[in-house]
Parts: sequence; C-alpha cells; structure tokens
Amino acid sequence: MNMTNWKNRNDVPRARWPLIHPLGKGMIRLINYLGAVSIFMGKSLFMIFQPRQVPLIIEQVYSIGARSALIVLLVGLFTGMVLGLQLFHTLVKFGSAGVLGSAVALSLVRELGPVLTAIMVTARAGSAMAAEIGSQRISEQIDALVTMRIDPLRYLVSPRIAASIISFPLLTALFDIIGIIGGYITGVMLLGVNAGAYFYRVRSSVEMEDITSGFVKAVVFAVIVSTICCFQGYFTHMQKDSYGAKAVGLSTTSAVVLSCVLILVADYVVTSLLM
Amino acid sequence: MKKYHYETVAGIFVLVGLLCVGYLVVQLGDVRIFGKDSYTLSARFTSVSGLRVGNPVEMLGIEIGQVESLEIDQKNQVAVVTLRIKKGINLYDDAMASIKTAGLIGDRYIGIDPGGGGEILKPGESITETESPVDIEELVKKYAFGEVKK
Repeated sequence: MNMTNWKNRNDVPRARWPLIHPLGKGMIRLINYLGAVSIFMGKSLFMIFQPRQVPLIIEQVYSIGARSALIVLLVGLFTGMVLGLQLFHTLVKFGSAGVLGSAVALSLVRELGPVLTAIMVTARAGSAMAAEIGSQRISEQIDALVTMRIDPLRYLVSPRIAASIISFPLLTALFDIIGIIGGYITGVMLLGVNAGAYFYRVRSSVEMEDITSGFVKAVVFAVIVSTICCFQGYFTHMQKDSYGAKAVGLSTTSAVVLSCVLILVADYVVTSLLM
Repeated sequence: MKKYHYETVAGIFVLVGLLCVGYLVVQLGDVRIFGKDSYTLSARFTSVSGLRVGNPVEMLGIEIGQVESLEIDQKNQVAVVTLRIKKGINLYDDAMASIKTAGLIGDRYIGIDPGGGGEILKPGESITETESPVDIEELVKKYAFGEVKK
C-alpha cells in the first residue's frame, strides 16, 4: 500500500505535454488511491470474522451507535417537523393536506433518513475515528502494535467498520420514526391535519421496498464512512505537505469532507440502481 | 450515581434500534409474520387502467385486502387481477368487483359487492361479474360529440 512510491523515481522523463501529463498523473494517483482503499476495505471486512472481535465491536457500537443516538433523535425530530410544515403549505394549495403523512413518511424513509443519519454520524463519529487513528499513527502506537504482532487493521479498523454496519441501519430506523413523529407534531398538532388520516397515509404509502432501499443505503453509507474515515486516519503519515499534529487535522478534515461527498454520490447511485 | 457500563448502553441502543426496525418493517412495510391469514381470488376486467399492485380491495367501504398481481390473459383479451382477501371474509359466486376511484383524482381501488346467494367462493376461484373503470375522457368525448342518448 505504498502509494507514493512511483513519485520519487528519478528515471521518469520530464513532462513534455503540459496538459496530458498532469491528467495522466492525476489519473494514476486516483487509481492508486482507489486501489489502496479497496485493499484496505477488503482486508478489514475479512478481519471482522476473525475470533475475539466481538468485545471490540461492542465497544465501537457504543461509541459510534449509542452515543450518536441523541443527536440523530434531535436532527430527526426537527427534520420531520420542518417537512411537516413545508409540505403542508404546498399540499394545502392543492387541497390535499390529507396526504401529508405519505409525503413526510416517504421522503424520510427513502431519502432523508439514511442520508442525514450518515452525515450526522460522519460529523460525530467519523471525525473521531480519523482523529483517533491518526494520532495513534503519529505517536507511533500503530507501529508498536505491529511490533507486538497485532494486526492494526484487525484491532483498530475492522471493529469500527463492523460497528458502523450494525449502527447505521439502527440509527436510520430511529431517525425515520422520530421524523414521522416530528411531522405529526407540526402537521397534526399545530396545523390541524386529521390524525387518523396522517397515520393511515403513512401506513398505506410506505411499502416494503421503500424500507429495504433505505436500509440498503444505510449499510452502503456505513461501509463508505467507516472505511474512508479509518483510511484517512491510518495513512496520516502519508500526507504530502504536513506532518505531526497538523497532519491529523488535515486527515480529519479530508475524511469528513470526502465521506459527505461520497455519501451523496453513493445515494444517487444506489437510488438509480434500486429504482 | 454509578455510571452505566458501556456494554449495557450499547445493548440498550441495539435493542431500541431493532424495535424501530421491527416497527418500520411490520407496521409500515406490511410484512406478514404469521403468514396464512388470507386467500386469493381472481377477477377478469376488460380494462384495469390506473390500478396498481398493492391497491386496496374494499367491501362496503372497508378494506378487506389488496391487489396482488395484474396479468394479461392473451387468449381471451382480458386483464386478470389477483386479489388477496383476508381470511374469514366470504364472498359469494354472484359477487361483483368494480374498479373505482377514491375522490376525483385519487387512487384506484377495487370495490366488491359481496353478493348474497349461491355458493361461497373458494380460494383460487374467480369473481365472474366485474365492472371496469369509468373512463372520464371517453365520457366527455361522447358528451361533446353528442353520442349520449337519454
């Protein structure tokens, strides 16, 4: 996984083509990066099923899942409330405020639940993963693990990926339900939509496909977020223009930004594949 | 106050999460855990325009089942609709199924008049008397070109 090895070779001829050369360089770097991430992810996913991983995974479920539950509840509640408020004012123009339940539930279950949960968990737990592993890297604790013949991927990375795969769908379900309750609070309690109609619409419009597609998204996001955040932290020492504490900061920032962008890209891809 | 052990908190989190997943799947996703509490009947229509799989089947205004599948019978040039009806609700062989619309632009549903005489329909049998949906455009066209005679 030595991804910058080729750069230092002296036998590479100097650039002749001002436009083609940087393009090729960027492409090779991208493919290198993708390859490194894939190998990193494959190895870590494989390590999940090694013996004596369960206690580590439980610890990570606590720090990734349980400690994110509160913020997910808060964000879910307000997202549902805003949806109720906004959609009500649109729907009431067409005289169909009764379908508020469908609109809120479908947009939460299919789209907003998985995406917003993933982004909130990235902000809370993903950044922590990158920073924690990054500072372990720069303080040579990962090298110490290797010295003690403990595989750092197995000990540090794979429990985090496993815990994310467990936690993301659960947090998404929490988000969906609290969001539907939020829509109930604004739609029914404040704006006076019929309570029975709201829940009838919620129940009749949401199909099993919507729910499975939401959970598929949650699992995909879990793998993306945990892999990217761990990867950025793990290779903190490979940062080109910084080292030490500054590199940890840069790794954390790039982990969060990259995760958020990839969440949205993957969301589009998964949605179009599942349609 | 003693601080809870992180494993306990993780356990509670997973439990609550699973409850939410269960609620979503069972309540909203309509997954039947206990299986066979329904039977199927079929009905043939000349047109099922607007009808989709999963639309409700109502009797006397009460939902008693769903549309399970829509197929074309090419030999007889009719649409075959399979209905999944709750167990315990009996339809007779003079029952009539008609495709109706909830409100002016609402969803299509199948309304069933249970009938009264004759044999009770067994699972897999078909409802013979059917009524296809009213095509509003067609009606307007007839009215506009004066084909309505009354």
